[in-house]
Amino acid sequence: MAAEETELTRLTAAEIAAAVAAGEASAVEVTQAHLDRIVAVEPSVHAFLHVAGSSALAAAEAVDRRRAAGEPLGPLAGVPLALKDVLTTKDMPTTCGSKILAGWRPPYDATVTRRLRDAGVIILGKTNMDEFAMGSSTENSAFGPSANPWDLTRIPGGSSGGSSAAVAAFEAPLGIGTDTGGSIRQPAAVCGIVGMKPTYGGSSRYGLVAFASSLDTPGPLARTVLDAALLHEVMSGHDPCDATSVDAPVPPVVAAARQADVAGLRVGVVRELGGEGYQAGVQARFAEAVELLESLGAKVSEVSCPHFRYALPAYYLIAPSEASSNLARFDAMRYGLRVGDDGTRSADEVMSLTRAAGFGAEVKRRIMLGTYALSSGYYDAYYGKAQQVRTLISRDFDAAFEQVDVLVSPTTPTTAFPLGERVDDPMAMYLADLATIPSDLAGNAAISVPCGLAPEDGLPVGLQIMAPALADDRTYRVAAALEAALQLRWGAPLLAQATPLPAARPLPPDARGLGR
Amino acid sequence: MTTETAHLVPYDEAVSRYDPVIGLETHVELGTVTKMFCGCRTTFGLAPNSAVCPVCLGLPGSLPVANRAAIEYTIRIGLALNCTIATWCRFARKNYFYPDMPKNFQISQYDEPLCTNGWMDVSVAGQTIRVDIERVHLEEDTGKSLHIGGVTGRIHGADYSLVDYNRAGIPLVEVVTKPVPGAGALAPVIARAYVTELRDLLRALCVSDVRMEEGSLRCDVNTSLTLRGATEWGTRTETKNVNSLRSVERAVRFEIERQAGVLDAGHKVVLETRHFHEDTGRTTSGRSKEEAQDYRYFPEPDLVPLAPPAAWVEEIRAGLPELPAARRARLQAEWGLPEGDMTSLRNAGALDLVEATVTAGASAPEASKWWLGDLARHANERGSELAELPITPDQVARVSALVRAGTLNDKLARQVLDGVLAGEGDPDAVVAARGLAIVSDDAVLAEAVDAAIAAKPDVAAKIRSGKEAAVGALIGDVMRATKGRADAGRARELILQRLS
Repeated sequence: MAAEETELTRLTAAEIAAAVAAGEASAVEVTQAHLDRIVAVEPSVHAFLHVAGSSALAAAEAVDRRRAAGEPLGPLAGVPLALKDVLTTKDMPTTCGSKILAGWRPPYDATVTRRLRDAGVIILGKTNMDEFAMGSSTENSAFGPSANPWDLTRIPGGSSGGSSAAVAAFEAPLGIGTDTGGSIRQPAAVCGIVGMKPTYGGSSRYGLVAFASSLDTPGPLARTVLDAALLHEVMSGHDPCDATSVDAPVPPVVAAARQADVAGLRVGVVRELGGEGYQAGVQARFAEAVELLESLGAKVSEVSCPHFRYALPAYYLIAPSEASSNLARFDAMRYGLRVGDDGTRSADEVMSLTRAAGFGAEVKRRIMLGTYALSSGYYDAYYGKAQQVRTLISRDFDAAFEQVDVLVSPTTPTTAFPLGERVDDPMAMYLADLATIPSDLAGNAAISVPCGLAPEDGLPVGLQIMAPALADDRTYRVAAALEAALQLRWGAPLLAQATPLPAARPLPPDARGLGR
Repeated sequence: MTTETAHLVPYDEAVSRYDPVIGLETHVELGTVTKMFCGCRTTFGLAPNSAVCPVCLGLPGSLPVANRAAIEYTIRIGLALNCTIATWCRFARKNYFYPDMPKNFQISQYDEPLCTNGWMDVSVAGQTIRVDIERVHLEEDTGKSLHIGGVTGRIHGADYSLVDYNRAGIPLVEVVTKPVPGAGALAPVIARAYVTELRDLLRALCVSDVRMEEGSLRCDVNTSLTLRGATEWGTRTETKNVNSLRSVERAVRFEIERQAGVLDAGHKVVLETRHFHEDTGRTTSGRSKEEAQDYRYFPEPDLVPLAPPAAWVEEIRAGLPELPAARRARLQAEWGLPEGDMTSLRNAGALDLVEATVTAGASAPEASKWWLGDLARHANERGSELAELPITPDQVARVSALVRAGTLNDKLARQVLDGVLAGEGDPDAVVAARGLAIVSDDAVLAEAVDAAIAAKPDVAAKIRSGKEAAVGALIGDVMRATKGRADAGRARELILQRLS
């Protein structure tokens, strides 16, 4: 029994879907195996804020019934998934990692949630995250940080660190993250898995609790490029409930992941995303991977994007500005936390007390930054100027994509840093997103794929592939080719090199509602 | 506060020394079937919080999608107000905290309104005044707060407040005029005439039910005074809560008297929001504009820019109905009514009714007489609009026809109208049931005439001696005897015949 569970949790999503479709494993067995794994490793990883055992098993039973009835199953039917707690779910809480949403049960499913359910994907629960997706380590979660399965003393990345940790810890083969400044790609990179930020508008934001509306993009996390592509296809597509949703067919990402061929493709190395500030081992692994691409037939050149150096400051004006407005609705009047309502205080006072108690320090910092940047008299110098920088960054991309088909860089300047190391240094924390932010500002497609372990700390390094908007398939093509070549070299997936997690079992379901 | 205690300067004196400048901001709830950014109903008077969804409640994760019909209505208004329609513009967020604002920001338009630079002519005291329109923009309405336990229904002193979000997200158009200088003593009347004209225009465009009492048309009035001869305009106040046409006029008039008092006393008018009180006709100080909030406007990132194609705008333009001013000019020419009557008809909201009555065969003076006379009195007594009376223009036209044919006199016609309004059926049915037709049958009349002569021999003697004026007394008796149904002319003839 135990061995079988382990085996099921080690399968890729594609393998699980095939096994379920062929009747070699039931969706219920697969789901139970993952729930057992969650019970075993959650005490050390803490990837989940809520585990929905019974509804996951019910969804799995429905898939098994459909299969038994001979109904056609989707490409991911019966595959378990870890959903970031920023997407609304009718049958589970949605906290966004914040105390301010305590007790809130959304009355509606996010479009992404609904599409997953419709596809027969089994939602195991909701994963930990930096509060309102603001952070790069999950340390800004009001419910405590998650740990990196490679080294439990290190950050799993953020803000989608719960999902990346769950996937890397084999608690789920698939995860959903959201990317605003790198919140899918950075956690994927530091956990040694694949994370994709689709083109802005390619995946629906309806039901994604907004951090920065013009940047937020939901996307897949997985252990293989093909799995990420399968999830990408299932979750994406035009949504009439999201006015910024792209009304175009989903790029052929699965076909591209299967094609896995870079012969003749022009690959540009971004000069500005490397060198000073980048860890030596990260640079070394990145350089090797680029050489590998060249050996596979890619035409590699260096490309300059001169305005990328202003991306981080521009981002830290635009994102907080939008956040200051988006987070205004958390005022204790309609849902969530309410503090100080003792019958003597005014609505204004209750709002203030609730927001003071309900938001964490980083959220408050960004609300204040954004409020300031939008203020009359400062708007032009801050928000207005940042939008101009954004345009220049888009132009850098446009110019670069005239010379090359894709751009590459290290996903993050460093490998996973120790928990606690940067909590008191916001600027150091912000630097984790240095290489990922440009694609958020420009809204184009970008993926992170593992490219090895840094020799100095033995931790995973991610390689980022960026493609023009709506050319998401191109990133998968390159990522899949690199993945195949690297695994040939390593003889196994990168995660096989990770130290097995201490599995505490059997464990009773704990107070967070783990188990069935 | 100085501004509260300052004495009022009598109106005529105030406008003899100061020149008022007015400006109006009018909010119109559009009559679309669904809300501005979601599919919820816009019906007035539903149970509180029954027409709401995640989007108009601003629940976390929800997103707005713009209502095409609301955009079309706004363009229609812009075109009717001779505005330029933007080829590209954006919605913006107006950020401030208030419990009836679900997101604590309002989706509005800021520096890129959909319609700009228009005008509308209004007629006041025989002259035409052109009011320049600065902008027409589209936004979402807020919810409605109900303050319980206070004396005045206002938030101060209330025990608690309830919020109804049914109104949250209803499309709202704001029409802003440029300042109207040179109005002089007519400023209050011009303000009222402007809102009246705008109301009629919006009604003709079928974009709103424009009911001020239900809040679907709301008005803020800006007023300032400039000492005659001065070149720089004075400080303005913005008066809110002006919820009837009459109040618009009264509010401006009061502000002129008040501001003149403030200025006369050597004080400065405070740039502030003021509230108009229907009961006292006065305004009181609201919040100072100096300490007004910074709304931190920025382009709404959840919506894509609005770029109405030129062909669509032209299609909307081609579909505009005849506008009220043109229609009034046409009807006046067709009907030959004096300006005063036309104004009365318009103020009474009777133009459509009279037009329909004329179409049904009545003459314009007849139709206008009935609608402005007896029917207006009935509406007034019932506290309803003329159009809500349970009588149709066809029925009024039939009554007119019966009078013209001599079957009814005016007095009987009034009784027929009473009968129709009382639900007794069509005019002919009322005439039959109540027996109201004029009696011109000589046999019946002769009896009444003989009885009258017999009853008053002294009067009869006077008439015999040539005092024909005395005949009236006998006609009166005949009318009484026939309960008003006698043909008075014929009765007179018969009396004179017998006494000659």
